[in-house]
Amino acid sequence: MGERATSHAVTVEVNGEKVSRIVAARQLLVHFLRDTLGLTGTHIGCDTGNCGACSVIVNGKLVKSCMILAAQTDGATIETVEGLAQDGTLSPLQESFHEHHALQCGYCTPGMLMSATYLLRHNPEPTDEEIRRGIRGNICRCTGYVNIVKAIRAVSRRQATGGHAVTAAAGEEV
Amino acid sequence: MTITSAPVTGEATKTWSGRSMPRKEDGRLVQGQGAFVDDGGMHGQGYAWFVRSPYAHARIVSIDCGPALAMEGVYAVLTGEEAKAMCEAPFFAIAPPPGSLMQEWPLAVGKVRYQGDAVAVVLADTRETARDAAERVVVDYEPLPAVTDGVAAAEPTTPLLYDEAGTNVAWHGVYDYGDVDWALENADHVVKLDRLHFHRFTSSPLECNGAVVNFNRGTGVVDVLSNYQMPMFAAMVVGPTIGVPMNKFNFVTKDIGGAFGIKIGFYPQIAALALLSKKAGRPAKWTEFRTEHMLSAGHGNERTFLDIEVPVMSDGTILGLKARAFDDAGAYLHYEPLGAVIWSQVVPGCYKLKHVRVDYTEVVTNKCPVVPNRGYSRMQHLWLVERIVDVVAHELGLDAVEVRKRNYVQPEDYPYETPNGCIYDSGDLPRSLDLALELAHVDEWRARQRELGTGSGRRIGIGIGSTLDSGTNNFGQSRIINPELPFSGNGEAAFAKLDLFGEINVNLGTTPQGQGHETTAAQVAADILGVTPEDVTVSTGFNQANNSYVGFSGTYASQFAVSGLGAVMGAAQKLRHQIVKLAAFALQAEEEEIELEGGTARVRGDEERAIPFIGLANMVYTNNAGLPASLLSECDLNARYVYVPPFEVPDTVAKTGNLTLTYASQVHVCVIEVDEETGEVKVLEYAAVDDCGKRINPLVVEGQVHGATGLGIAASLYESLDYDESGQLQEPSFYEYHVGTAMDIPDVACGDIESPSPFTPNGAKGMGEGGGAPLHAVCAALQDALGGGGAVVSESHNHWARVYELVHREPGAPRGVEVITRSGGLANDAASL
Ligand code: FES
Ligand code: FES
Repeated sequence: MGERATSHAVTVEVNGEKVSRIVAARQLLVHFLRDTLGLTGTHIGCDTGNCGACSVIVNGKLVKSCMILAAQTDGATIETVEGLAQDGTLSPLQESFHEHHALQCGYCTPGMLMSATYLLRHNPEPTDEEIRRGIRGNICRCTGYVNIVKAIRAVSRRQATGGHAVTAAAGEEV
Repeated sequence: MTITSAPVTGEATKTWSGRSMPRKEDGRLVQGQGAFVDDGGMHGQGYAWFVRSPYAHARIVSIDCGPALAMEGVYAVLTGEEAKAMCEAPFFAIAPPPGSLMQEWPLAVGKVRYQGDAVAVVLADTRETARDAAERVVVDYEPLPAVTDGVAAAEPTTPLLYDEAGTNVAWHGVYDYGDVDWALENADHVVKLDRLHFHRFTSSPLECNGAVVNFNRGTGVVDVLSNYQMPMFAAMVVGPTIGVPMNKFNFVTKDIGGAFGIKIGFYPQIAALALLSKKAGRPAKWTEFRTEHMLSAGHGNERTFLDIEVPVMSDGTILGLKARAFDDAGAYLHYEPLGAVIWSQVVPGCYKLKHVRVDYTEVVTNKCPVVPNRGYSRMQHLWLVERIVDVVAHELGLDAVEVRKRNYVQPEDYPYETPNGCIYDSGDLPRSLDLALELAHVDEWRARQRELGTGSGRRIGIGIGSTLDSGTNNFGQSRIINPELPFSGNGEAAFAKLDLFGEINVNLGTTPQGQGHETTAAQVAADILGVTPEDVTVSTGFNQANNSYVGFSGTYASQFAVSGLGAVMGAAQKLRHQIVKLAAFALQAEEEEIELEGGTARVRGDEERAIPFIGLANMVYTNNAGLPASLLSECDLNARYVYVPPFEVPDTVAKTGNLTLTYASQVHVCVIEVDEETGEVKVLEYAAVDDCGKRINPLVVEGQVHGATGLGIAASLYESLDYDESGQLQEPSFYEYHVGTAMDIPDVACGDIESPSPFTPNGAKGMGEGGGAPLHAVCAALQDALGGGGAVVSESHNHWARVYELVHREPGAPRGVEVITRSGGLANDAASL
C-alpha cells in the first residue's frame, strides 16, 4: 500500500489567470478560492451543499465550490464573481441586479450571479418558471427572490431582442 | 497644482428623499468586493472552534483537553470552568428573580442545557486543526432528563434546568386592561379556543455569525471585528463579565450578510473569544458553520396560547380577548425575558379591542436559546389576534373582510390610544385592505373557488393577514419586566463632516445588513446640504472609534428610518448651519442670504458671490490664521447629533405607557390552492400593502416588504425547528431545515399607502420586520379552504403533512373551538361598549 498523499499540486486558470499551488488534500475548492487565492467574493452559507452562496463555474459547468475538493480541479478553468465585470464595466446581470434592487445584504449575490450567468448562457430567453428553477439551488434570505427574478428577466429580454443595456431611470453610476 | 473641489457633480439641487434610487452599496457587492466578517482577519490570528454538547441536558463530569493540546498547531483550549475563573460576574440579567438566578457564563459551567451548548473552545493555527482538535477534547457527560415542552416546563414536577432558581419559570406577569370578565359576561357570544401554537423557526441569515477578537495585552483594548448587530449592547453585557470598560472595547462591523435579529444572540461567543485570545496571546477568529448556527445561534420565540376566550357581539364587534401565554425561551435568557413585554406594543393588534387579559409565563427549556427574530415577540401575539378574528368570522358565519373592517382602528381614530397606553400614530387599514384585495384579484378567485366546488380534489383558500410593525422602542418597557433596570427611551447617533477638500462624510451608529442605510442616509444628507447622494460618502458599518453611537445603537426593531435618519438629519442640519455661517463670513453676507447648491455656498441672487465647499474646508482645516476665534470654535465642520424620540417611563405597575413611537401597518392577502390528496399548498397569488408613512426610498422599502413576505411564507409552510423528546434538534442544517427557495416563494404584488407619522422628524415610520403578516394570511387562507365547520388552523406552521390532517379530519373529532351564545347579552348594542 502506497503512502496516501496529504497534499497535491494544483494548477488552475481562475478568471483568466493561471495559478499553481500545493493544496491540502482535504481543502475544499471554496476555501482554496477564499483563503489561498484571496478571492473572497465567493461565499459560504451552509455545510450541506444547499445554499449556493459558493457557486462558481468550473469548465463551463455550474458548481457549488463547497462540494468539491480543490485537488479535483487540477487543470480546470474557473470563473468566479470577481471575473464578471470586464475592464471596469459591470456585466449586464450585475448592472441589472443593481437597477432592480435584486440584492440587499449581498451575501447570496455572487453565487446568484454565477447561477444566473450560467442559466442565461444555456437558456438566453428563460420563462419566469425557468429562471426560478435556474436559481432554486441558491438561497436568498433577504429579497424573497422577487427582484432577483425581475433582474434576470430584464437581462434575458434584452439579450433576446439584441438590445443594449438600458441605463436606469435614475442613472445611478455604480 | 489644481485641486478640484469635491463634490464634483455640481448637479442642481433636487429633492432626493422620497425617490426610488438604486443603492450605493451595490457596486462592491455585485463584484464580490464586500467586506464580510470571514473575509477579514488580524495578524497572527488563530482559528477558534467550539466544542458543543451532543446532549440536551447533562452534567459535565470531566473535560480532558490533553489529547487536543498534544496536537501540533493547537494554541490553547479554554473550558467553561476556566473561563468562569477569568470572569468577574455572570452575564447581566434582564430578569428579576427567579430569572436572574438562571445565570449564564461565556461557556457552560457544570452542566449543559441544550444540544449545542458550548463547553470549551479551541484555538489552533488553521480552521482544520481547530476542528480536529475540538473532536479530541474529551468530555464526560452524565445525561439528565430533557425538558422540551414549553407548557409542561412550568409544572412543579418537571425537572429543573437551574436548581438554584427552583423553577423553570423565568418570568410571569398578568397584563390586564379594561374589564375582560365583564365583557365575557355581557357579550352576545363567547368564542373559546383551547390552544393555539406559534412555532419555533429562524430567519437564519445566509451569512452565519462570526468574529475576530483580540485582547491586547499591552493596552487592554479588546478589538471585536464581527457581524454583531447591536454592538454596544454586547459591550454592555460582555464588559462587566470579562472586566473590560467601555472605552477599552473597539467594536467594528462591516458588511453583514443578513441578521434579522438573530445576530443579537452571540455575545457569549464574543466573550469566550476575548478570553481565549487573552489566554492564547493572539487574536481568535471564529466563523460559525451552518449546523452550528442552526443548533446554537438562536431561534425565534415559540409561544403556546391556552384557554382563549373572545367576547363578541352579534354584529361582529370583538370586545377583547383573554388567554394564557407560555413562551419557550430555550436554555438561557439571552435577550429574554424582554419578549415577555415587547409583544404588548401591539396588545389589540390592528383592532379596537378594549378588554384584554393575557396571563404570560416565560419558561426555560432544554432547547436552543431564543433571540429576537424578525417580527420579534409582536408577531406571535399578532398571529394570535389574527387567528382569533378569523376564527370568530368562521364560527359565527360572518364575512372575514367585514369583521376586520368593523373592528379595525379607523382612519379618523388616529392618534389612537390602545388599552395599555400605546399610541398608534397613523394609518388607513380599511383602504389598505381594499387595495390588497384588489391587487390579489380576490373577486376572480372567489368565483374560481365556487366553480371548483367539492369533489375536484383541490380547494382554493383566500386569507387576510393584517398586522403592525411597531418601530423605535421605548426601552423603558424593560422596566415592566424588571423595575430595577436602568433603561428608558431610545436614541441613535450620526456624524456629518465636511472633509479637507470639501467632501462630505457621514458616519452612522447602525449596523446595516441589507437595508440600504448608506443610500437613504446619503439621500437625506444630500437634500440638506445641497448636493447629490453620490457626493455623500457614508461609512460602511459600525466603528466605535467614530464615536457615532449611543447605548442603543445598532440595526434592529424597525427603527432606522426614524432614529437613524433622524440622527442623520440632525447632524446634516448642524453641519449645514456651520457651512452657512462660514460662507456668510467669507462672502460678507447675512446667513439668511446663503444658499447651498451643487457643493457651493452662494449669496442668493448674486452669481458672483459664491464659495465652493473646498474653500470653506480650507478656511477651517488648513488656512485659519486671522479667522475670528469665535467662528472657528463654532464651526469645526464636524457635526455629531443624537436623535432622541419623545418618551416617558411607562407605569410598571399598571403595565401601561407608550412603548413604541411608530406603527407601520401591513395588510396581506394570500390565495392558495390545497391538494387534498397530498396536503400540498401552492400560493396562487399574493398581495402586500404596506403603510410605513413617508418613504425615503420606495425601492428599498419594497425590497423589505418582499423579504419579510418571503421569510413569512417560508416559515408558515416550510420552516420549523422541532426537538424530539430527548432534546435533539430535528432540523440542524439546511438539508433538513427547508429554507424557502425561488420555487417555493411566489411573486408578490405590492401596494402602498403613505400615512405620514405625526411623531417623527420626517413623517417616516420604521419598517422591515413586517409583523409576520404572511403567517397570518396563509393560516387564514387555509382556514378559508377548510370551510365552515372544518378543522381549526391552530398552528402557525402548516407543512403538507399537517394540512393533510386538517383536510382529512375525522368527522366528529374535537375541533378545539366552542361558541357560547347568550340570549340575554347586550344584544347588538356594541356601541355602548
Ligand atoms: S456553501 Fe456551498 S452550497 Fe452552501
Ligand atoms: S441579499 Fe441577503 S441573502 Fe440574498
